[in-house]
Formats: sequence, C-alpha cells, structure tokens
Amino acid sequence: MADRDHRPALILRHPPRDRALHWLLVIVFLFTATSGFALFHPSLFWLTNLTGGGPWSAILHPFIGLVMAVVFVWFAAPTWRVAQLTPNDIAWLKGIRYVVSGQEERLPEVGQYNAGQKLLYFTLMTCVLLLALTGILFWRRYFAGYFPIGVVRLGALAHAFLAFVVLISVVVHMSAAAWEAGSIRSMIRGTVTPGWAYKHRRAWFREMIRPGAGR
Amino acid sequence: MALQSLDIIRRSATKTPSPAARGPVPAEVAKLIDTSKCIGCKACQVACMEWNDLRDQVGTCDGTYNNPTDLTAQSWTVMRFAEYENPQGDLEWLIRKDGCMHCADPGCLKACPAPGAIVQYANGIVDFHEEHCIGCGYCIAGCPFNIPRISRRDHKAYKCTLCSDRVAVGLEPACVKACPTGAITFGTKERMKVDAEERIADLKSRGFEQAGLYDPIGVGGTHVMYVLHHADQPGLYSGLALNPHISRTVRLWKGVVKPLALGALALAALVGFFNYIVAGPKEVGPEDEEAARKEQEKAHG
Amino acid sequence: MTNHWVDIKNTDVVLIMGGNAAEAHPCGFKWVTEAKAHHRAKLIVVDPRYTRSASVADLYVPIRAGTDIAFLGGVINYLLANDAIQHEYVVNYTDFTFIVREDFSFQDGLYSGYDPAKGRYDKTSWDYERGKDGFVATDPTLKHPRCVYNLMKQHYARYTPELVERTCGSPREKFLEACKLLASTATPTRAATIMYALGWTQHSIGSQMIRTGAMVQLLLGNIGVSGGGMNALRGHSNIQGLTDLGLMANLLPGYLTLPNEAEQGYEDYIAARAPKPLRPNQLNYWQNYNKFFVSLMKAWWGDAATKENNWGYDYLPKLDKPYDMLAAYELMLNGKMNGYVCQGFNPLASAPNKAKMTAAFSKLKFMIVMDPLATETSEFWQNHGEFNDVDPEKIETEVIRLPTTCFAEEDGALVNSGRWLQWHWKGADPPGEARTDLEIMSDLYLKLRSLYQAEGGAYPDPVLKLAWPYAHSGEASAEELAREYSGRALEDLSDPKDPTKVIRKAGEQLAGFGELRDDGTTLSGCWIYCGAWTQAGNLMARRDNSDPTGIGQTLNWAWAWPANRRVMYNRASCDPAGRPYNPALKLIAWNGKSWGGADVPDYKVDEDPSENMGPFIMNPEGVARFFSRGGLVDGPFPEHYEPFESPLGYNPLHPNDSRAVQNPAARIYPDDRKALGKAEAFPCVATTYRLTEHFHFWTKHALLNAIVQPQQFVELGEVHAKELGVKAGEMVKVSSNRGSIKAVAVVTKRIRPLTIEGKPVHTVGVPIHWGFTGLTKGYLANTLTPVVGDANVQTPEYKCFLVKVERA
Repeated sequence: MADRDHRPALILRHPPRDRALHWLLVIVFLFTATSGFALFHPSLFWLTNLTGGGPWSAILHPFIGLVMAVVFVWFAAPTWRVAQLTPNDIAWLKGIRYVVSGQEERLPEVGQYNAGQKLLYFTLMTCVLLLALTGILFWRRYFAGYFPIGVVRLGALAHAFLAFVVLISVVVHMSAAAWEAGSIRSMIRGTVTPGWAYKHRRAWFREMIRPGAGR
Repeated sequence: MALQSLDIIRRSATKTPSPAARGPVPAEVAKLIDTSKCIGCKACQVACMEWNDLRDQVGTCDGTYNNPTDLTAQSWTVMRFAEYENPQGDLEWLIRKDGCMHCADPGCLKACPAPGAIVQYANGIVDFHEEHCIGCGYCIAGCPFNIPRISRRDHKAYKCTLCSDRVAVGLEPACVKACPTGAITFGTKERMKVDAEERIADLKSRGFEQAGLYDPIGVGGTHVMYVLHHADQPGLYSGLALNPHISRTVRLWKGVVKPLALGALALAALVGFFNYIVAGPKEVGPEDEEAARKEQEKAHG
Repeated sequence: MTNHWVDIKNTDVVLIMGGNAAEAHPCGFKWVTEAKAHHRAKLIVVDPRYTRSASVADLYVPIRAGTDIAFLGGVINYLLANDAIQHEYVVNYTDFTFIVREDFSFQDGLYSGYDPAKGRYDKTSWDYERGKDGFVATDPTLKHPRCVYNLMKQHYARYTPELVERTCGSPREKFLEACKLLASTATPTRAATIMYALGWTQHSIGSQMIRTGAMVQLLLGNIGVSGGGMNALRGHSNIQGLTDLGLMANLLPGYLTLPNEAEQGYEDYIAARAPKPLRPNQLNYWQNYNKFFVSLMKAWWGDAATKENNWGYDYLPKLDKPYDMLAAYELMLNGKMNGYVCQGFNPLASAPNKAKMTAAFSKLKFMIVMDPLATETSEFWQNHGEFNDVDPEKIETEVIRLPTTCFAEEDGALVNSGRWLQWHWKGADPPGEARTDLEIMSDLYLKLRSLYQAEGGAYPDPVLKLAWPYAHSGEASAEELAREYSGRALEDLSDPKDPTKVIRKAGEQLAGFGELRDDGTTLSGCWIYCGAWTQAGNLMARRDNSDPTGIGQTLNWAWAWPANRRVMYNRASCDPAGRPYNPALKLIAWNGKSWGGADVPDYKVDEDPSENMGPFIMNPEGVARFFSRGGLVDGPFPEHYEPFESPLGYNPLHPNDSRAVQNPAARIYPDDRKALGKAEAFPCVATTYRLTEHFHFWTKHALLNAIVQPQQFVELGEVHAKELGVKAGEMVKVSSNRGSIKAVAVVTKRIRPLTIEGKPVHTVGVPIHWGFTGLTKGYLANTLTPVVGDANVQTPEYKCFLVKVERA
C-alpha cells in the first residue's frame, strides 16, 4: 500500500452543490417518506410520531413533498444530458449479470454514470413529478374539491403506486451505493480515488485524466 | 360523538380486535326515510343544526329550494329537491333528505389512515371521532355517497352521526324527532324493513309499481334507508346512486396494494442489506489504484 | 275548523285547496299523512302552483288564482248532475227543501236588490218564503221550482266542465277526476275533508269561496262527521284566539258584535241578534245572546254593569262606519286618524300596497309599536336603501317602540285551528327591557284612568268604572284573565227546574255556558270559552292524550270550545233516528234516553230524535244553509267573479255584463281603484304565499331560518322563464301598477302556463317573508299587492293580482 506521501491525488466526483442538494433531498425525502408511510398503512401510523403527530403529518406531507419535487428537479436537471442512454449503456444493461458476478471486464467501459444510475435517474424524475401531480389531485385542503371524485381516487391510488416505485428505487440506490464501496464517501466528501474511478467508471476516469480535463 | 368505546366494533386504521366484552350483541338500528311522506320542510335540517350546535353561513338562493345548497361541515343533512316529469306527463317533486347512509361496509372507514378517527358501533352507526381526525380527506375519496366534508375552519371531517349520542341513551336522532309528517322513523333495522314493506304496498296500490326500499347491498346495506316511489331509478332523487359500492380504486388503494407494497419494500431492503453482509462490498483494491496511477502517468506523459 | 287536526286521520279524501297545508302547516299535515298511510285516503291538491302539499298528493289539479268558485261550482254541478249527494242528509239536515221568496232572482250576474250607485245589495228578497204557521215553507218532494235544491241546481248548471276548464285553466280530465274522488264520499260511510287557508280568504270573493267549499261538503254529507268538515287552517298562532276574542273593529268576544250607530236601544240590539226559530222545535241557540252579552258586560264593568244602565250597553261604542284594517289606513291617509297603537302586528309588511302604507303612516302624529322584534313598521321612516327608499326628513311621525315578550316568554293559552285552548308555560325570561303585553296594557290603562280621575273629560265612566280586580294592578296575570273569560257565578245560582236547589255557589267557576244568566248573576269574558277553567281547575292545561275509542277523540287533552266539543255539528254524523252513519267512526249516538259517545254532543243532550230538532243548532232553521239568506253581503249563492286585477278583464260567466266582472258588492276606495293595473301592461297572474322555512316576517330575524331559506326569490314557470330569457338563479324584477321588487328567479316545472279562454296565462309566485330588517333582507312583497278586500270581511286580495316580470 502506498504510504501517505505517495497517496494518489483524488478525483472530484460530486461538487459541493450536488452534495448539498443531495443531502437536502435526503432530508426532505426522509420526512416525506416517513409521513407518507404513516398515511399509507395503518400499521405504520406510529411514524407520525416522528413527523409531528397525525394532523401535522397530514398538513406537512404535501408541502414537504412539493419541496422534495422542487429540490429534486433542481438537483437533477443539470444531469439531463449526461443521463441520456448510449449504445454502450444498452450493452452494459444486457450484460448486467457480469456486474453482479464481478466480471466487469466483459462489459463496455462505464462513463460518469452507469446505465443503472441513468435508469434510476429517469425513474425518479418521472415518479417525483407524477407524485407531485397526483398528490395535488387529492390534496383536500386546497385542491381536491376541484376534481371529480373518480379522479381524486385514481390520484390517491397512483400516488401510492408511484411512492412505492420511488421507495423501491431508493432501496436499490442505497444498496448499490453501499455495495460500490467508496460511493457513499464520494457523496459525503465529493471525491473518489483514481482506483475507484478506474474500477467503476473507467471511461469517465480516462476522460478525467485527459490533459486539460482537470477540474 | 360520545365515545361509547365498549360498543365499537370497528375502528379505522386498526387491525387489532375492538372491545368485545359486551354481549349480547345489540340490534342494528336504522333510520327509514320515506320520500313519499316527505314534504321537504327542512325541519330535520334545523333539528340537526340545533342538536349538534351547527350554524352554517346564511347563503344565497341558487334558483332552487335547496338550501344550504350542499352538505358542509356545518350542514350534516340537506334536502335535495328534484322535479321530474313522469312518462304520463305529470309532475313529481321528488324530495330527498341527503346525509350519511351509515353503510355496513363504510368506504370512509376503509379509507381512513388515522386509527380510531372513524368507528363503527355494534348498532351499525358509523361515527367520526374528530379528535383523532388528521384532516387528510381520504374519507371523502372512500365514501360512495359523497358525504363527508372537511371543515375550512379546523380541517376535520364531519358528517351525520345518526345522533350517536342520543341513540346511545335511548333517544331517536334529532331529525326523526322533528319530522312533522313521520317521513323519518327510527328503530331496529328489522323493524324498519317491516314498516317499509307496508309503505311500499301502499305506494304500489297508488300506482307506483316500482316502489321499493333502498338498502343497497353494494355497501353491505345501510343504516339509513329510503322508501322510494321509483326504486328502479334512484338517480331521479338528485342523483342517488343506483348501485353504490366502495370504488374499485379505493379497494385497491386501501386493499391488497398496502401489504404487497410494504412486503416488496421490506424484501428489497432486506436483500440489499444481507447481500452487503454476505457478499460484502465491491472494494477498490491496490491493483486498481496501481492501474489508475499508471494510466495517469501515461496520460500526463 | 269544524273538526280538528287529529280527526283528519279518519278521512277518505282530502281536498287541499286555497291553502298549502304541507308548506304552511307541516305539523298538522302529519294527519293527512296518517290518513293516507293508515286510512287509505286519497289526497287532492288544487293550486296554481305544484306545491309541497302536491308533492305527496295522489292528484294535482292546476287552477288559475282566484277562480276557485268556478272550480267548486263545477264540482257542485257535477254532484247534482250525477246525483252524487247524500240524500237523507241534505233533505233532513239542510235547507234543500226550503222555498225561497218569489222576488228573489239572479240575472246578468247580479242578485235581486242591487244598487249600482252604492255598490251594495238590499238583501230583503234573499229569504225563504214563510208558511201560514209563520215558519219557513218547505217542499220535501223537492219539486217546487223555488225550493233551494232546484234554485241551486239551476244556478250551478252553468258551471260545466268546459267552463271550468276555460276559466280556471284546469285540465278537464283532472277536474273530473277530482269530482269523482269527492263524489265517492257521498255514501254515509265515507268522508272527505276540505283543508283551506288564506288561499281562499284573501280574495275579493273569499268568504264566498269558503261557502262554496262548505256547500260541496254539505251535499256529500261530510259536515259533522268524523273525517269530514270544513277545516280552516289557522296560520298564525294565535289567530284563532284573536277572532274568538273578537279582536276586530266590529266584534266583541265570542262572536258577539258591536252595535252600530242606529242601534242605540239595548232591546233592539238584542232582538237583532237573538233570532226567532224558523222551523218548529229548533234549539236556535243564539236566542241566548243576551245571556252571553250580560255575562260579558259583568266581566268588563262588574258591579257598575246594572240592569239600569243596560248592563253597560251604554258604555259600548256604536259604530258609525266600518273600521276594518283597510278602512283604518284609508283614514290615516286622509289625515282622519292621527295616532296608531300597533300591537303584535307589522302592517307595513302585512298590509297591501306598501307605498300607500308608507304614505298613510307618514301622516300620523304618533305611532306606538309593541312587538318583540324591530319590525319594518317601526322603521317605516328609515331609509334602508332600495328596500325602503324613503326620506326620513319628510316624515314627522313620532314612533315609540315598546319591546314585548314573545309567546315563549309568558304563560297563557293558545287556540289552535281545531279550537283547542292549550295552556303553555313561560319558557324563558324576556331579554332587555321587554315586558309582557299584559303589563304594558295594564300600565297604559292605569295611567289613562288616573288622568281621567285627575282631569275628568268627556264621558269618563267607561274608563273609570272598568272592573280591575287583579291582584297586581300593574299586571293582570294570564291565570286571572283565564278564570275571567271562563266565568264564575256572582250569586248563588239555583236550578231553573227546582229553585230550591243551588247548583252553583257565588264565586265558583262555571262549568259551561249553559249556566250563563241574563240577570247579572254570572260573569264570563268570552262565552264560548266558558268552561275552560272550572271548579276542577285549568282544563286547558290538561295533557292526557288517552284516546279510548281510537278515533282521535282525546277529550282530556286541553280543552276545546265550545263545551270541549271536538267535532262541531256532530249530531249530523247520525241519521235522523240517531244511529251513526258510520259506526266505525262513531262520534255520538242516541241510546234511547240521551246522546253520548266519543264526543260532547252538539245537541240538546236529552232530545229524542223523533222530535225533529235539526243538528245545526246555532241556526234558527236548525239545518245548514245552501241559501245563505242575508248572511253575506254579496249573494245567497256563491258566484264566480274575477279578481279586481283580472288577466281577462271580463267574467267568462257573464262576458257582456260589465257590472258582473268583479264582485259587485266589494268595497274599493277611488285611489285604490286607480292603482289597479291592466292585463295589457301586467299580463301575469301573481300570487303571494308563505314558505315552510319561514314564519311571516318574524323568522328572518332568526339565524336558523335565515340559513335554510336565505334569499328572497320569486317562482317562474320554465316556459315563462324561457320567454323572458331568464335562468334559475338570475335576478328578475317583478312589477305591478303599484311598485316593483327584485328577487332571484326560481325557475320551475311546478308552474305551467294555463290556457284561459284560449290564451296562455303565466302564474308568478311571490313568497312574502323578506323585508328590510332582519338577518336576510329583501323587498316587502306587499309592495305589489292591491288594496281591495273581501266584500264581507275586507281581507285583502293578496292571492291574485297582475304583474309583469323582466330581467333585472
């Protein structure tokens, strides 16, 4: 192992803006998910104790949910271009079993984000926006009265379904982050080691070390 | 909305058993509203406001006799007037007292996420306990009759209680007491059905061949029932539902979706967690760092 | 009511006409519901509008407002033409067989004796022919051309279904269906009831409309029987008590009448009111008039009423002319009446033609308003924007408002439509400075008395000698007054048959008006109420609702006048031999020795039926009258005349007789006639009425009522509204020749255009309840109505007048 002096220069993966927004998103997500869980299933109603009690949970959930949608868009919008799927991503997805089995050399080299991350990106982007929309449909205090009851009911059902998709996605996201050691650190400190980049995002790594590419 | 806790047989958002010590099971009660005796005098509305200490806004006339024009958190019952020209060319003024039907299978209770905010008593009354209400309005989405209303003032849900406080001490609901023509009666559901049969026979003898009782099975029957001259067309009575039932959407939302989704989520989280524990993370090894260093050097030549 | 509310449950057919029982009398209407549910009764509603009553009716028949006599005359014609009458009843219990004077006639829409200059009838010829024995001549064979039966048959033969259809706009088949249903009760075991209210009284021919209804009931044998009757629904608590106690300018308590100027002599006064029997062996109960009168005078002036001063007759005012409501306002307008004590009345809202009322009140020097509410009348001088656009600077009337208690804040008896005096107890203390009417009136009297005592004045005796025996002189209590109107013995009363036997000791309460004497030994403030408070106590306070016969005769619940009798003329429920026509609903029967049963007999209790005493004991004939003789001023048989504002401008029964368009005997002041509108400018027939949600002009002050009916509206038929381009909920302006109001349009299928004489006529419904004080404000409906009253009793014609409707 290289000693301290020989420690390689770290590569910046997540600039401060992204990190700050990500963790802001995590906070509002935790509140929204907790209160949402409480409203979603009776056996989780106790979670309202964490979000201010029943009435406060019901009052705050839609507001914080809207904040979440705004923060998410703010956070994720600049990534729109990078998140577009490439032919390499398709090939990578087709060989996803090699990712699980650690035979990544059999796959195309991965850029800044792998195809899984990109799918997550689009899934979350879609779901968060739809959650906001469907939430408004049955936001009783301000809006629900303007919609026919059938639409309100569909809204409620769709909202629950979308929330489920988001939650599943977040679970996958968290598992993946934990599994790719160094990822969580990168979202906390912003940087990865060259080895991490080399191993997990080799195409990006190469781009980053191209002369003149330093940030 | 007295809390007769020993008589509660079902609570919203609660899976554990309700108090079951009491027996024998009391008879189910019902309010029978005979539209063929109702003159639309609104005494029931006023009695409801008086007993429950409710005072709605002094509104405006919308060009009909309906007033207040809709149910509100302050108006738990309203008369709805419908003018119907029958196939013989004669006019019928079909007047219906609208309010909570107290379904045996209440959609509001099913939809409510707040434990104990909606309860059903052994006598069939479905009651809102506003102190537990969180104001989410899911009961509105759950109700097949469009009854609950959220107060603009306190954001709690309100509806007819069937005067559960009066009934609990052996009195009839206030509207029943006030009804001058006997169009609203109250008693055991069995008795009310017998009375209804007598009324239906009378209506049939007067040429209303489709007269019948409105006690829709789609919601398991109701504890507020109507005698209708045209039981085959309840829609004539200001849109009374022909076949009310808890919406399929609501059933899905509040039914299978809940355990399935929770299960799937829990499973995903557990798989992720145990995968980490068992297989461990994909660590970056020294060889990766070495390979990276080499490439960096090459790039910077 | 001849019968009572509960008895309606025993009926087979209900005719609601000239009223809207479900709307205005919802509590009593329960008995109609009962009759339908448990007596298989059929309900007929005849009304210009499809009403709340119609909503539960078996048959609804539309009618043009004001044409009820045409309709009912058609019913009479149907019954006579089809012989659907109860023969035994009409022959024995009515004047069917009586022969009418030869000089009586009816031509060109006028009865004999008409004086066109005075607009009045000389009623001499309206009488029966007398036989040699001095009694009325009769023809039991009904063959005599001038017997009442034949005259009536001839009179109503003109009222064909075709005439009914084109005059009333009632579809012929519906009209005939109604006739058939009513005719079904001509059998002895079936009965129909007629329920009416101000829809009949508020017409220039209102009294005659009611008479026509009564004639239908007599033909069918429905008067005096359980489930039958002529049932006036009293819309005001306590309007029955008001008439009973004689609160009219020409009345004394108990339907005694004030003398007129010509009647200076006491004997003449009594003679004119205590008639001689017209047939042999008739009870002729009014022959006791002087007993009632003397007992009343003793109640008023006590020891000061003596034989020498004709029991106080000389203290009574003698009327020089009518002082009915319309006459009084005309006097005010002409500056001939300068002060006005307005007690429990809101005439600016309740009297016709608001503009005239405002002008009349503006001429007053002072007005004292006694009322629990801030009435429109008490603020007639205040500008309330468009709702009362007056200039206070131009009105000099001094208005004094004395707040009173309302009914729930005092003890007393209320008389319901069924003549029951029901005692009620104070429920709460009055707010603020409110005082009871009794307290205010007592105070007023004591002050006037002390002024007279101090200053003398013209003829002070009636004031100074008034008996004032109340424990607290400043406030006579309800109990004291009740004991007084019921009556007591002033000396020991002995049995007329056995003078040694004392039947009533001095000071004891009397058991009934049978004990009243004309020698000053009894006192009773209202003879028909005599027996309401006996030695047994306050019978009005009884609350035993036991009904031993099951037909709703709860004789121990409260107390009914007269004599606790619940169904008037109940002798007529039995055949001439004294057997009940309908044993299932037996009211009374003759048991060989006396009359008795579920009710107090309206008959001499020990009178053997073979003696031929008639069942209508108040009439000198002993029977009921189809031919009213001089009873009414506008004809012995009712005849249809058009309302004073008629969409036709002529009478379909007398198209060429200009004197017979409107009631020829009705009184109308010249300015009021000028204010009448014509159909060319005001083509629609408007009618005013009440809504269930409100009570007159009171409940707009009450939040609950304001909530359930919050805004003034008028009702227009769909066809009419379409012609005007008005949608439900939009504002419209309704104008008559006297003024206009604005209100929300309720556009309804319940009002259909009527085809009258081949032309469509629209009805416009104008609910009355709004005004410029209260929680929900609007225009006074009587801005629109004309000042003309019924020819007999001067009840204004609120129920039909001409308007036009425009978008506002």
